[in-house]
Amino acid sequence: MSRVVLVGNPNVGKSAIFSRLTGAMVIAANYPGSTVEYTQGSFSHEGENWDIIDIPGTYSLDGISPAEAVADDVIRRAELIINVVDATSLERNLRLTLQLAETGHPLMVALNLWDEATTKGVQIDVAQLERLLGVPVVPVCGLSGEGIPTLLQRLHDAQPLNINVAPDTHWQQVGEIVDQVQQLSHRHPTLLERLETWSLVPWTGIPLALLVMGVAFELVRFLGEGLIRWGLDPLFTYLWMPIMRKLFQWLDGIPLLQSLLIGQLIDGHIDFTQSMGLLTTGLYVPLVMVLPYVLAFYLMLGILEDTGYLPRLGILMDTVMHRVGLHGLTVIPMLLGLGCNVPGALATRIFETRRQRFVAAVLMAICVPCMGQTAMMVALLGPYGWVGLLPVAGTLLVLWVVLALVFKWMSREPAPELFLEIPPYRMPSGRALAQKLWLRMRQFIAEAVPFVLLGVLLVSLLHSLRILDGLAHLAAPMLRTLLGLPEEAVVALIMGLFRKDLAVGMLVPLQLTREQLIVASVVLATYFPCIATFSVLLREFGGKGMLKASVLMIGVSLLVGSILHLVL
Amino acid sequence: MISGTEGVTVILSIAQMQALQGGRVVACHGGYGFMRRLDAMGIRPGVTIKKIVAQPFRGPSVIRVCGTQVAIGFGMAQRILVEVDE
Repeated sequence: MSRVVLVGNPNVGKSAIFSRLTGAMVIAANYPGSTVEYTQGSFSHEGENWDIIDIPGTYSLDGISPAEAVADDVIRRAELIINVVDATSLERNLRLTLQLAETGHPLMVALNLWDEATTKGVQIDVAQLERLLGVPVVPVCGLSGEGIPTLLQRLHDAQPLNINVAPDTHWQQVGEIVDQVQQLSHRHPTLLERLETWSLVPWTGIPLALLVMGVAFELVRFLGEGLIRWGLDPLFTYLWMPIMRKLFQWLDGIPLLQSLLIGQLIDGHIDFTQSMGLLTTGLYVPLVMVLPYVLAFYLMLGILEDTGYLPRLGILMDTVMHRVGLHGLTVIPMLLGLGCNVPGALATRIFETRRQRFVAAVLMAICVPCMGQTAMMVALLGPYGWVGLLPVAGTLLVLWVVLALVFKWMSREPAPELFLEIPPYRMPSGRALAQKLWLRMRQFIAEAVPFVLLGVLLVSLLHSLRILDGLAHLAAPMLRTLLGLPEEAVVALIMGLFRKDLAVGMLVPLQLTREQLIVASVVLATYFPCIATFSVLLREFGGKGMLKASVLMIGVSLLVGSILHLVL
Repeated sequence: MISGTEGVTVILSIAQMQALQGGRVVACHGGYGFMRRLDAMGIRPGVTIKKIVAQPFRGPSVIRVCGTQVAIGFGMAQRILVEVDE
């Protein structure tokens, strides 16, 4: 099997082409750095099997940043390189092509975004480019799949670049090639291009950002609430509940199974939020209370990602972010973290230094509640209206700023500078959006449901073995004195290690007051990441880094919880 | 323009340029890594650029170079000098 590597500048559409070739679904987005991990796949063409690797985009092979050094290593071991080139920005992209020539591997060029180049008035003489480079050049459109069959047919024509490259004259050589193959025709900026500028100029950009965020928030709320009220809750109440009642009667002689599967009766009835059975609470929390919001959130995030709005928001925020020692792009991991902290933590790889990555990851893990947790907090505190939810959101936001300032104050490094290519606005493709949403929902269900079930199982075990009473007793001084919470809240704290949404759900039977719910929500959000996020952080920052982060999390959480308890 | 100043070149850093001003990069000041990062994006002496967005309060600048838009933080933008078109 031959090993093919997709190489190109960031955001030229490598992942879309990868997805087209392999049929595998990968998450692509319209901003540089959306692929942070290597994706491996395979495809076969005319009975031949190929291994293919999609690597994060790189501007050069100088190998300055660690990510580039690794990319360099993968490229070195490739047998065939498909160099994905953005046709709208030929000059900058071809420089990498020349650098690839030095590897000596067989190469072919996929001229992506061909359609966009045409509408932008960029005309490229493909035959001439092919002659000059001496390798196959195939115009493609990764999103629609146009040109992919030709790309496959010509795989065997790939060969080392037919150019003598002198190390310091790359740009000059690129210039000579571009002069011979490219023609630019002038035309007036389109509405979309005007909008690009408007969204970066503060006077128009800030109102636009507020509008976008407001609409996004309302969309998530409207869709999430609607799906619960008109879809999933009735489904569970009218279809699942009768089955559960039957099952409960049927299991009458086997109390162990009864309490494990259905749980405890609350006031003589099965209660989906409180009964704590595998088939009741274990399914209701992830599928009815959380899934609709996760779905709505990822739909909205997908649109923001694919239009190219996210990096613009980052640039707009840069001035403010700089004051707290971060750069504007920090909004990307934070926004992803609102969905799930795991992709949020991975997205910190877009930053160059380890310190930047660490600070962003810790800020996210402490202050950004994932959608599951948010959905449950909305369910619990929503009935109080804004006086319920605003204190939680406000506390987390203030804490974020304070922590960022503390990090800035502790560091001698100057605040990092923003330096980033801004993608053009693009109309999101419905197919790509649907694919990405499906992929993320599948990940959510595969990760959330087992952990919630495990958590529910653990709680019933702890209950029946009477271990909880002991733990509650131990935690009582901390919970009661510092945070003003009943000692039974220890169950929620333990559960928070598995799934934050379930942990918030564990507060339901405790009949807490509004003040107690606020304290508990904030403590649960901040004190420790769930097991999935923890393992990612551990992998990214090692044992020592994670230890530092853990001490910080627990300390901050107790401190903030105590302050809230005193203030409220 | 006052007569007699024609032909005098004006050199500004990208941070100092006004929005919609264009020009030719004449020098970049910084270490090896800095120069490499700029170079990889196509920002190098001799290349023509156009500033698209200027943000107040020491915010980032946005320029057009090599057919793409690039956002540059204030500190970096101060270290790239441009001979501004009249």
